[in-house]
Amino acid sequence: MGATKDLRSQVQTISSEFNALITEDSLGFTVTVSRSSSLELLGILRDHQNTAFEQLVDLCAVDYQTYGQEAQRNWDNDRFAVVYHLLSISLNQRLRVIVPVPEDDLTIDSVIEVWRCANWYEREAFDLFGIQFQGHPDLRRLLTDYGFIGHPFRKDFPLSGHVEMRYDEEKGRVVYEPVSVEPRVTVPRVIRDEWTND
Amino acid sequence: MNGPMTEIRNYTMNFGPQHPAAHGVLRVIMEMDGEVIERLDPHIGLLHRATEKLAESKPYNHSIGYMDRLDYVSMMCNEHAYVLAIESLLGVVPPIRAQYIRVMFDEITRIRNHLMWLGAHALDIGAMAVFLYAFREREDLMDCYEAVSGARMHATYYRPGGVYRDLPDKMPLYQRNDREGDKGLAARNEDRSGSLLDFIEVFTERFPACVDEYETLLTDNRIWKQRTVDIGIVTPEQALQLGFTGPMLRGSGVEWDLRKKQPYEVYDRMSFDIPVGVTGDTYDRYLVRMEEMRQSNRIVCQCVDWLRSNPGSVMLDDYKLSPPPREEMKEDMESLIHHFKLFTEGYSVPPGQVYSAIEAPKGEFGIFLVSDGANKPYRVKIRAPGFPHLAALDEMSRGHMLTDMVAIIGTQDVVFGEIDR
Repeated sequence: MGATKDLRSQVQTISSEFNALITEDSLGFTVTVSRSSSLELLGILRDHQNTAFEQLVDLCAVDYQTYGQEAQRNWDNDRFAVVYHLLSISLNQRLRVIVPVPEDDLTIDSVIEVWRCANWYEREAFDLFGIQFQGHPDLRRLLTDYGFIGHPFRKDFPLSGHVEMRYDEEKGRVVYEPVSVEPRVTVPRVIRDEWTND
Repeated sequence: MNGPMTEIRNYTMNFGPQHPAAHGVLRVIMEMDGEVIERLDPHIGLLHRATEKLAESKPYNHSIGYMDRLDYVSMMCNEHAYVLAIESLLGVVPPIRAQYIRVMFDEITRIRNHLMWLGAHALDIGAMAVFLYAFREREDLMDCYEAVSGARMHATYYRPGGVYRDLPDKMPLYQRNDREGDKGLAARNEDRSGSLLDFIEVFTERFPACVDEYETLLTDNRIWKQRTVDIGIVTPEQALQLGFTGPMLRGSGVEWDLRKKQPYEVYDRMSFDIPVGVTGDTYDRYLVRMEEMRQSNRIVCQCVDWLRSNPGSVMLDDYKLSPPPREEMKEDMESLIHHFKLFTEGYSVPPGQVYSAIEAPKGEFGIFLVSDGANKPYRVKIRAPGFPHLAALDEMSRGHMLTDMVAIIGTQDVVFGEIDR
């Protein structure tokens, strides 16, 4: 499933004017591009005959706040990133596009006009990470409860959450209370030396 | 008020979340013009369990069981995408026999999924009997799951580096019970006297006739055609824009199947055909899925043949990844240490990111895995095929009647375990 040499040169030509970083490993092919040019680049990647990424297979956000923390490595890039997985059906190739998003300005252009299916993916990323997709017509929460507070997939959001709900007999309705579950780690997170040297 | 002739045009209607045709917990707010849907807004997330966040808090192997519970009618396919992602980051390839077993169970899962879809879809539209027929065969496939993993649904059978254990030589048998005594016991156990492969082989011989049977109930059925033909038409351009994959994309005439185009495991050695639709309506997608069951049956046959004549290991012999045998542990210190490390800490995966996708029964099921070198994933993103499909419910249902929306939900084959995650 790795991208072909041909795709590499094509993407290189297309993205040269956008100052994009292209990385390749045995598992695939990644373009990192800044927020200011992401929308334009993605549009060209879809329409250019040699890339022809007709499909946005996946769109998600990643929070790098604690990346490599156990090995005392610091993440020296922006805290968040939006990751696009593109698929070309006509040319049978895949591409990953990563757009870093800094913590102090959580905005990025919506790609809804490039691929309509970005609608729900962007709502999900907004819901779970709080990233604002500019140009999205209907940026509401998607997966969490009505009236939910916070963005649960951020690394600083506890796994057990902040509130729990139960039915209150006296009030005759469901009430929200601070969570009573003690956070518990069964297996600690460790990074073994063998990976930290590189 | 202008008198008794006040015209009320559009009104809003709520559908679900508890409704038999909502396939679980889907709530739809519809804006109706009479019985015609003007637009609708699906509310999802009622089954959201934050699987991705849970997976970040656990060692890699602990989350395999969570994958079963995503699309809970095609369990092993979900596991497959997850273990493939781990394997590609680790750079390991499972033994060839394990790959055949995975392909065989992926196809068994596909048949199971399509049987469930067929029964539920027909039931939504009003054909009660199909459900009962479909479940008869589905029951046998559940027994196959049970034979290899002990569980009829949530198997946790695939592991990074192979599968949990080799195919069993014995099938579980029906036991005598007080109500029925010995009556019919021998007949029910007839196919189960041999190994699992014997049982599957008998099934594959019987199954094409079963599909014919379902087809006699539906394919030329006048009511079925009235309810499905020209309902929810999706053009190929629309399907690509909307992120459709799997039978939803093929129903619109786009010949795209990861098993053929980007083969994983041993799919490149299998001979099978990809059915595609013509008009992209609900009826076409029905025909595509029916043919897929026949093709899956062909693949299962080929796997059974190969597995019979090629015994071998089903798990990598790497004790950093898979536990050593019990006997060895009692004799050998190093095995004991490996066992202890593996079950207390798990294994670490080199830093990197990977997107691995498989052709699940519903479409492309992908896992985007980010590792920072720890024993737990840093980020897991599950790309569920049903998610973009359901997102397109609005576009597919506009201008259709309320009852047609139920047919469209059925044809999308949505399962909320994977959509809400």
